[in-house]
Amino acid sequence: MSEPILMKGNEAIAEAAIRAGCRFFAGYPITPQNELPEYMSRRMPEVGGVFLQAESEVAAINMLYGASGAGARCLTSSSSPGISLKQEGISYMCGAELPAVIINIVRGGPGLGNIQPAQSDYFQATRGGGHGDYRTVVYGPASLQEMVELVMEAFDVADRYRNPVMVLGDGILGQMMEPVVFADDQVREPQPKPWATTGARGRERRVLSSIYLEPEDLDHHNWKLEAKYEQMRQKEARYELVQMEDAELCLVAYGTTARICRTALEKARSAGLKVGMIRPITLWPFPVKAFGEAGANLRAYLVVEMSTGQMVEDVRLAVNGARPVAFYGKTGGAVMLPQQVVDALQDLAAREGVGR
Amino acid sequence: MPKVEFDEDRCKGCELCVAVCPVKIIHITERINRQGYRPVDVTDQEKCTACTLCARVCPDTVIEVYK
Amino acid sequence: MKKIFARPRSLKDTLMHYCPGCTHGIAHRLIAEVMDELDIRERTVGVAPVGCSVFAYNYFDCDFQQAAHGRAPAVATGIKRVQPDCIVFAYQGDGDLASIGTAEIIHAAARRENITVIFINNAIYGMTGGQMAPTTLPGQATTTSPGGRDVENKGYPIRVSELMATLEGAAYVARVSLHNPAGIARARRAVLQAFRYQLEGKGFSLVEMVSTCPTNWGLSPLAALKWLEEHMLPAYPLGVFKDIQGGGQG
Repeated sequence: MSEPILMKGNEAIAEAAIRAGCRFFAGYPITPQNELPEYMSRRMPEVGGVFLQAESEVAAINMLYGASGAGARCLTSSSSPGISLKQEGISYMCGAELPAVIINIVRGGPGLGNIQPAQSDYFQATRGGGHGDYRTVVYGPASLQEMVELVMEAFDVADRYRNPVMVLGDGILGQMMEPVVFADDQVREPQPKPWATTGARGRERRVLSSIYLEPEDLDHHNWKLEAKYEQMRQKEARYELVQMEDAELCLVAYGTTARICRTALEKARSAGLKVGMIRPITLWPFPVKAFGEAGANLRAYLVVEMSTGQMVEDVRLAVNGARPVAFYGKTGGAVMLPQQVVDALQDLAAREGVGR
Repeated sequence: MPKVEFDEDRCKGCELCVAVCPVKIIHITERINRQGYRPVDVTDQEKCTACTLCARVCPDTVIEVYK
Repeated sequence: MKKIFARPRSLKDTLMHYCPGCTHGIAHRLIAEVMDELDIRERTVGVAPVGCSVFAYNYFDCDFQQAAHGRAPAVATGIKRVQPDCIVFAYQGDGDLASIGTAEIIHAAARRENITVIFINNAIYGMTGGQMAPTTLPGQATTTSPGGRDVENKGYPIRVSELMATLEGAAYVARVSLHNPAGIARARRAVLQAFRYQLEGKGFSLVEMVSTCPTNWGLSPLAALKWLEEHMLPAYPLGVFKDIQGGGQG
């Protein structure tokens, strides 16, 4: 019987990883995710796993490369500047086809920025961030329960595709407390990995590498990876539709911003504006399909982000000119209020001639 | 009688073995091997003492030693 | 007659891509000989760096991972922590270990990781065409110190073994040289001791091998050995700088 437990976001992520069979964590302190490595330092030894506070985020991602290559389910976490440091390592893991889960509790940037919540790492997460032709599935949960479920899912997805998976939180999700339920059947056994470097006892030796010096070899490798990414595009995109059937205006938001927009949506409807929402749950693959399901009344989109506008570009690509796409954002951790979103919706309605 | 065998196509003509042989029986040849290098060869195998110094300084495991 | 010297089992017969006279080939063979002697080939996982020896995995018949530049000790840490029964070694050059990787090598030792690192110090960057290394000697000409390393401007070389020996997590730190048979024999003994300590779980081990780079030094292989002896050995004294049990070099 699973009882709800009131947990802080960062700790819930760690517990979810443990229950998904994660037995290797390497990370480095950075606000606002420190509770995650701290929780891991207590919990990993309890399950016979490995906790390492690495000397840097760079070292941590490279420890994951080794650990993942040796067959373990592994996790690292950081926040924005630290995720910047991991980019080379993530590229290497994609090139060598190594699974891992990477948590980014996004904070204000660029540079040192501040420790407040933000959504300004969307480009970093979905457009590589690191070098080369690679992709990672990126989840953008909007509640701690969803976070817990997606983190556990992420380990399976990472293993299935032999690829890193990223989960984007933000300073609010990391620090807030909500009840979470861990379903009993969610404790997972790791899958066997016939490619892992475990010592060549009685078998051919294995090499994990991302170097292919011959052009034809690297070309072949890249198209092989691209075929995997295409599978992800076909199978892994997720989204939620809220009251879209009769919507005239559509909010598009993810994570914490989606929660704010959910309130704004209700306020706007009370004021007579027919508003719906598309909530991407995967930021990559971006749920393009959701935008093809627009109702006949839909007139325009308002993308809301805690940034100066990053996901809005993917929305514009998905909408493909069919309708206007407007943007409302706040940065620096100055989180928008539902009324501010309502005001932006009303401005959009006025501009587009959407009325009572 | 002790002897050394050189796998000529592995040799890069670096001459580390030539310098180290105590009885000076290894010499660079005029031949060109499959890698494009001038390999070494042994004259006077009878003088070989199987000291293995040549094999131990060779970076390319060209040499096998018999005793 | 029997064969008294041949390629070790742990070394594949693949032709090596290294330059003529490059001591990487000797270093590789010594490690393979030790793997054979300790019968650990099937338990060993190696970590290759970025540099001339990026392809080290082509030459050893054991599991291998190729690591990002400088990060081999971190990668090795991940492997060893997950597979503690494996013998894990990292192989790094002077750019990999002493430049971009200074944090990783120090912290792997500080954390007492039970891994072995083989450090090839040839005072120059080989693969990228002869740039200055952290171990380049004062006055030594390289492509990024064309007039010779000027200490006012470019500082002094780093003595890695002495530095690493100060770390309590290090069980064994030795500097050896590959420039002549006696040196090679001592190098082999050091590698054996290092791997033995890993088998015994004694902590971190490092063997620094003073080596040549004939191509980028602009010298013939034999002249390069001489240059090593005359110039590098005074700057990088040989010896055992740390031995947790004392008297381990032999």
